[in-house]
Amino acid sequence: MESLLAGCIGFLTACGVFLLLRGRTFPVVVGLTMLAYAVNLFLFSSGRLTLQGAAVLGTTDNYADPLPQALVLTAIVIGFAMTAYLVILAIRARADLGNDHVDGKLPGNENSRKESR
Amino acid sequence: MTLLWILLLPLLGSLVPVVTANWRRSACAMATAIPPAIALMILLYHSSAVFAGESLRYTLAWIPLLGLDISIRLDGLAFLFSLLILGIGLLIILYARYYLSEQDSMPRFYAYLMLFMTAMMGIVLSNNVLQLWLFWELTSISSFLLISYWWHKSEARRGARMALTVTGAGGLCLLAALLLLGQITGSYDLDVILASGAVIQQHGWYPLVLVLFLLGCFTKSAQFPFHFWLPNAMAAPTPVSAYLHSATMVKAGIFLLARFYPAMAGTDLWFLLVSITGLTTLLVGAYLALFKHDLKGLLAYSTISHLGLITLLFGMGTDLAAVAGVFHIINHATFKASLFMAAGIIDHESGSRDMRKLNGLWHFMPITATLAMVAAAAMAGVPLLNGFLSKEMFFAETLHQHLLGSLSWIIPVLATVAAIFSVAYSMRFIHDVFFNGKPKGLTKTPHEPPRYMRMPVEVLVVLCILVGVAPGYIVGDLLYAASLSVLGTAVPEYSLAIWHGLNLPLLMSVVALAGGALIYINRKHLFDFQNTLPGVDAINTFEAAMKMLAKRCQQIYSWLDNGSLQRYLVFLLMAIVVLAGLPLLQLDTLYGGRPELPVDAVNAAGAAMLLISAFATVVFHRQRVVALLMISVVGLMVSIAFTRFSAPDLALTQLSVEVVTIILLMLALFFLPHKTPKQSSPTRVIRDISLASMVGVVIGSISYAIMTRPFNTISDYFLANAKTGGGGTNVVNVILVDFRGFDTFGEIAVLGIASLGIFKLLTRIPVFKPSSDGEGRPWALERHPVLLATVSQGLLPLALMVSVFIFFRGHNLPGGGFIAGLVTAVALILQYIAHGVEWVKSRMNIEYQRVVAVGLMVALITGVASWLFNKPFLTSWFDYFDIPLLGKIELASAIAFDAGVYITVVGSTLLILASLGKMTTSHRPVHTETI
Repeated sequence: MESLLAGCIGFLTACGVFLLLRGRTFPVVVGLTMLAYAVNLFLFSSGRLTLQGAAVLGTTDNYADPLPQALVLTAIVIGFAMTAYLVILAIRARADLGNDHVDGKLPGNENSRKESR
Repeated sequence: MTLLWILLLPLLGSLVPVVTANWRRSACAMATAIPPAIALMILLYHSSAVFAGESLRYTLAWIPLLGLDISIRLDGLAFLFSLLILGIGLLIILYARYYLSEQDSMPRFYAYLMLFMTAMMGIVLSNNVLQLWLFWELTSISSFLLISYWWHKSEARRGARMALTVTGAGGLCLLAALLLLGQITGSYDLDVILASGAVIQQHGWYPLVLVLFLLGCFTKSAQFPFHFWLPNAMAAPTPVSAYLHSATMVKAGIFLLARFYPAMAGTDLWFLLVSITGLTTLLVGAYLALFKHDLKGLLAYSTISHLGLITLLFGMGTDLAAVAGVFHIINHATFKASLFMAAGIIDHESGSRDMRKLNGLWHFMPITATLAMVAAAAMAGVPLLNGFLSKEMFFAETLHQHLLGSLSWIIPVLATVAAIFSVAYSMRFIHDVFFNGKPKGLTKTPHEPPRYMRMPVEVLVVLCILVGVAPGYIVGDLLYAASLSVLGTAVPEYSLAIWHGLNLPLLMSVVALAGGALIYINRKHLFDFQNTLPGVDAINTFEAAMKMLAKRCQQIYSWLDNGSLQRYLVFLLMAIVVLAGLPLLQLDTLYGGRPELPVDAVNAAGAAMLLISAFATVVFHRQRVVALLMISVVGLMVSIAFTRFSAPDLALTQLSVEVVTIILLMLALFFLPHKTPKQSSPTRVIRDISLASMVGVVIGSISYAIMTRPFNTISDYFLANAKTGGGGTNVVNVILVDFRGFDTFGEIAVLGIASLGIFKLLTRIPVFKPSSDGEGRPWALERHPVLLATVSQGLLPLALMVSVFIFFRGHNLPGGGFIAGLVTAVALILQYIAHGVEWVKSRMNIEYQRVVAVGLMVALITGVASWLFNKPFLTSWFDYFDIPLLGKIELASAIAFDAGVYITVVGSTLLILASLGKMTTSHRPVHTETI
């Protein structure tokens, strides 16, 4: 099971990184979301995998490690805030600069950058 | 304490001319002269102690832990230099009063001059090497200001830039050397460093330290091959040249050689570097000086030559040579400063410095001519003048050294050759200017300068003669005290007599005088020869080199930082691969010994779906809507994974965040293109795939290595204390709201800030309203589907009830503020989707930024409330109450904190989505602009 999850984390990371390297804002946002999944799973898995062991007292003998869970829980919410901020930034950049390239200008077209406010 | 005033007075003095700027010129000059004059008196007051061989110290603790103190030390060497700086400085103030014209801003000049004086005093008086370096840099900067004083002249600006670049670069080398010295000796205290000569010289870093140190000295003291900045600095007003470029600043490098003599000198490397450099500079300077037609140019090269001579003396490594070096510092300062001032007078009163025009000035200014001739004779080393004495000592020392083995005879021969040229250029200075026919093409008739302009020259020339005639009386004590502090131990026997009998040094002097005269008489042939050589234009070469350097830097910079985010990411990711991958290579095996859990069919199917949907996201990333649907499947599978691996809280959070994220991205696609154009070249795609694979392999491997290794968790504490200390059985929630409550508080603050940032980003955005989707299809006519509207309305109370339930059970069962907040937010967003902004707004008119603020305040007040009970921030409290009908109920302050979390999450999420949503639905775009 561990190898399977590690493989999934690695694959999600790779997919996220590939999308991160794209030239337009939206795929980058998607890639970052993907990367966030991978990171959350990675952090979560550092508490090792436990089956049938939710960290609710009195329900089991073999509790899963609650600490990484608590960390990842806030990480998920913060990750959403970050994704939201980034995507709004992308919208704003598109509106101000007239294109959705990550550099704010299309390759080989220096003049497309408008006066930003 | 009085020692500190020697340093502080010039600093205060730099303000005086600014304050007295509106006074009459003479009054301003007088006022400026007062602080250094007092400083000079304080200095002289200490002379008896210094001449008795004492080193006076004063320390003001500043940052003692870093070894940084304001630390002053006045010993013989510092006294000698202070005397030169303050004494000649005063003469320069007087001289500049008459030199500067009405158009020149005198206060500005004096302010810079006093600043420079402070810097020089700081160098010579510092007893802390870092403090010394600070003042060293200050001399570079203040000399830059002084050289560029006439900044309307291009040559002044260029010369100043060049001087600053060369000496500034040297200063950085010096800083490195001083820091290394501090590392070696463990102290930045000069006393300690000077006492650790043996430690320093046996240290492995010594060659490096020495080279860096000498680079600092040589650039400052214009030693070959760094000499070129000095002639170009002659664009400065002549008082500056006289002060900085003959008497003081260029001697700062020499001063350092002398100051660190006990710590650095005495090795073969020292001898090799210092004496060879000195000898080369001596020869090059003396030779080139002869061919300069500009009076100040001649003096500049002569200065270079004499600085080389002093450097050579310090490089010889014998005690007597060091004494001779100190002596020549005094003598050179006196005769060269007076010569510069005389040149300034000539320039001032005849309008030219060109020796081809200046001839026969004897008839116009006999007194100045006499003074200049005496000073020039001292420079040439004529008997009965001070230059003769130190030159004799120099010759004697060249004869006594055995540094080059059997070839040691070369040094005295070359010294004599240099002396011959020295005599020749001195003769040219005298003969070409004051005799040799009549002036040619001068714009004005030369005449004697004002009485007081000549006075500084007179003072210095009288000193030249007095030292030359009665050296023992005039400078005996000073020379002894200064030599003592250079050598550190005993000063060898030396004699300051004029007549040492008929000996080889005297013969060398005679040869020099005769040879110099011969060369001067036959100079025409030499000039012809020199004219056939290709000239090197130092300033253009230098500036071209600088431009080249700047261009190269620009190229490297623009290669590194070309404004491409993708490129930066590639660099960063490569760094991750290298930094995270290298340790993996040292690991024998990834598997850590912890038994793996078995894989069952459900898990395998889930993993397969995760992988396929992630892959599909990448494959379809150009079709953005499809990619969005695919990644939502990934998120779903991730939350299922959390469920599977005993993390119900995470699963619930992930699930609700997933909904919000997808809605958000969907909304965003309204404003962004729906398709991504194909732009990456195949090679780029291959590069990205391989880089992404490498990162993925590294991260996956690390993850596997971690998961299979046994570990000790600190969570046992949380498991043991959740119920007893936090009053809840859901340990994850207790950690969030209690154990690590402060972290959570920070996190909801971040969430709030992000949402406010988004709100701000969306205000006054240039509205961009596409009238159709990416395919060109118009938007659906049906604004809000009836079915959805009906169902969602019924769902709302249900959903809110569920969220309240989740909130309250959170302390003991999976749930809590984060999840409940997200559920509430989703329920409300559904109303926006189903009914539109106006509909919701008419029923629930809330400004969400206020909700965020309220949530944060609730959390904050809960935390602060524990202060009322003298407990630390966010200490939780709980108890059980028996309430009739309801039974036993637990009340915990953590619930209030969780409520703050809940409100913040609801507010932030809605602020983000509603702000974006309002941009679209409230004003349905109609035929405005296409994508």
